[in-house]
Amino acid sequence: MRGLTHLQRLEAESIHIFREVIATADNPVLMYSIGKDSAVLLHLAIKAFYPAPLPFPLLHVDTTWKFREMIAFRDQRAKELGCRLIVHINQDGLRAGVNPFASGSRLHTDVMKTQSLKQALDRHKFDAAFGGARRDEEKSRAKERVFSLRSAEHRWDPKNQRPEPWHLFNTRKRAGESVRVFPLSNWTEADVWDYIAQENIPVVPLYFAKPRPVVERDGTLIMRDDDRMVLRPGEKIEMRSVRFRTLGCYPLTGAVESEAATLSDIIAEMRGSRSSERQGRVIDHDGGASMEQKKQEGYF
Amino acid sequence: MSAALAITAPAIREASLLRLLTCGSVDDGKSTLLGRLLFDSNAVLDDQLEALDKDSRKFGTHGDERDFALLVDGLSAEREQGITIDVAYRYFSTPKRSFIVADTPGHEQYTRNMATGASTAELAIILVDARKGILPQTRRHSFIVSMVGVRHVVLAVNKMDLVGFDQGVYDRIVAEYIEAVATLGFTSIVPIPLCAREGDNIAGRSPRTPWYRGANLLEYLENVTIAPAPDQARRLHFPVQWVNRPTLDFRGYAGTVATGTVRAGDGVTVLPNRRRSTIARIVTADGDLAEAVAGQAVTLTLTDEIDVSRGDVIVHDGSVMQARKAIVVRLLWMVDRPLRAGQGFIVKIGTAEANAEVVALRHAVDIHSFQNQQADSLPMNAIGVVDLTFDKAIATTVYGRDRELGSLILIDRMTNQTVALGTVQDDTPRQANDNVRGRTVLALVGAAGSPQRRRLWSSVSRKVVEAIVLFLVVAVLSRNGWLALAVTAANVLLRPATDRAAAWVWRHLSADATHPAVSGHAD
Repeated sequence: MRGLTHLQRLEAESIHIFREVIATADNPVLMYSIGKDSAVLLHLAIKAFYPAPLPFPLLHVDTTWKFREMIAFRDQRAKELGCRLIVHINQDGLRAGVNPFASGSRLHTDVMKTQSLKQALDRHKFDAAFGGARRDEEKSRAKERVFSLRSAEHRWDPKNQRPEPWHLFNTRKRAGESVRVFPLSNWTEADVWDYIAQENIPVVPLYFAKPRPVVERDGTLIMRDDDRMVLRPGEKIEMRSVRFRTLGCYPLTGAVESEAATLSDIIAEMRGSRSSERQGRVIDHDGGASMEQKKQEGYF
Repeated sequence: MSAALAITAPAIREASLLRLLTCGSVDDGKSTLLGRLLFDSNAVLDDQLEALDKDSRKFGTHGDERDFALLVDGLSAEREQGITIDVAYRYFSTPKRSFIVADTPGHEQYTRNMATGASTAELAIILVDARKGILPQTRRHSFIVSMVGVRHVVLAVNKMDLVGFDQGVYDRIVAEYIEAVATLGFTSIVPIPLCAREGDNIAGRSPRTPWYRGANLLEYLENVTIAPAPDQARRLHFPVQWVNRPTLDFRGYAGTVATGTVRAGDGVTVLPNRRRSTIARIVTADGDLAEAVAGQAVTLTLTDEIDVSRGDVIVHDGSVMQARKAIVVRLLWMVDRPLRAGQGFIVKIGTAEANAEVVALRHAVDIHSFQNQQADSLPMNAIGVVDLTFDKAIATTVYGRDRELGSLILIDRMTNQTVALGTVQDDTPRQANDNVRGRTVLALVGAAGSPQRRRLWSSVSRKVVEAIVLFLVVAVLSRNGWLALAVTAANVLLRPATDRAAAWVWRHLSADATHPAVSGHAD
């Protein structure tokens, strides 16, 4: 490994993982969630199979509450790259009127993300799904394998994970079982941004600061992206210079006040930051091990 | 020294990356040590610290004090039981280096996860509880660490606060450990007295161990140099991972270079069928390369249309690498059901898979003495040496030459579980002794550039200067060169004995005075 930079080593390791899946799975898919990690994931996938075109589709599980800029960016990237994009929405949840305001973050995430993802994987019979999760994000993710086996019911058993010594991934599975594969396992948030800068990868403009309409609610700055967000008494919309460190459903994603309007600004801001990127995620704080529980239930 | 930053400039972070693991017996404080390392290198951010303080009050074992283990034990079962079940990977950087740390479980039941963490590590921190000393699990983990080729060990003697920072306790543990692992061939063993919970000797010199003169843990990790394995293959090994055939005009072989360097124009042989060709192009999405080195993921094209598929290995013409149908393997058996001769599995080596049979269990390794023992089965977490045969030839080599093509896993055909990991052994007796002798000397003097080697040089040079000064002083005073020579020689020869006598006197005096800080020479 001498002579390779830290980013080159990470890149090679991720490409190796992509190729291991395409060589052993019948019907893989890339979970595309539009954020910076997905942007890097997609970029690496394209590199891994060059000069062949991307040999699998992208799947976006749309909760219908993503920022409008995310959806526009998604459609534009898929068109530019000529990728097949599958958008799945849980119609049952939509009919039942599940939404982050009335139903709460927990139910909304369960129905519109976790259940919806399972529906999509079942409908298309995908047996391997790439995700952009990193081990540095969250404590229970630090324990996740690169190849994470899921039962036919999509459950994760954290106490019974397959050992992954060296780079020897056991890719075998029984009918109905599937694997979630995480090529960015060993990347950190800093690596992701350094790589985006090095490779000039396009990302959603929401990562860059600009004046946006925000409401302060329960100590979090929420950007009012459309009029489905009803203001409570006393709340008012202010234009503040904000940006986002992670992207998800707009009512569940806290903005940070910032003036960082370029890539080098946000990298500098991240290096000086004293808080983690998931701080702005409302769902992570539902309880000490809440991410682990969601993952056992099939959340990505 | 370690005014460490959580995230540093990429140019510096790319300078070097160290992969290490923490291991040792249950409750030796591995997770606490790692949590403390993260905290002391400023890798714990404010919101995480706030969550830690909340968790410490709920699950913590030190009253309202911060329980650093909760920073790394992420599964709820782990937090409830206060143990580590699965290997966790943690990332932090200082201005000098980036680190990937595998925090591995101490329970024997989870040895497989410990071995997984060790397989990609370059250095192991082996923890010992100062009150308990060397335990069976310390020996087991040391053996597994050496089995997967880790050659640098930090012996972290933890919980020194609970033995009153007593140097005698520390010295005994260090001596016992060095003797216990003498046959395992480590290049360096660096002992450090620690109290991980309170941060002694983690990122600064502890005032409570004045007798300890070595580097603190973070300082050592930042500076240790890891040389490539002495026997590592220098010629090309390229396991073919996937055949890339987007059009009729392009046929490329995608894979990651395991060892050596590949250049366009190189003459190559494809194993196992030994077809020969020449490298035409080294294709990447960033353009063709003139050469690719170990660790790079590329796509090779050949000048000839020959049959190459996943699992084949491309090597330089004249390579000693061979495809084989029978090998000798050292195995770690990882499931409840015992391993016996006659059992069949799927084997995976590099990108190749085949049906495999364990035709003989040569012996098991006793985890206390590291001696070979007769055995007719291997229970869970046991290590043994077996003869393995395949239903087709697979290109493989001895583990010391190539970690990627000298390692394997066995998979149960029914359950698809990964039931064993193994390293390919040399089955022909050869000049292995030369290497063993080299390593023994190295263990005594330390690797080039290591603190151990520096200490040795400084003490040798000090003694030479002392001898010269003594000779000159006596010669000038007595005007007798022969007398000066005799005095100098007597000093050099008798000094170790008088030093030891003085240390003995001091230790007894200080024990009487219950003054643990004064305990003679330490080094």
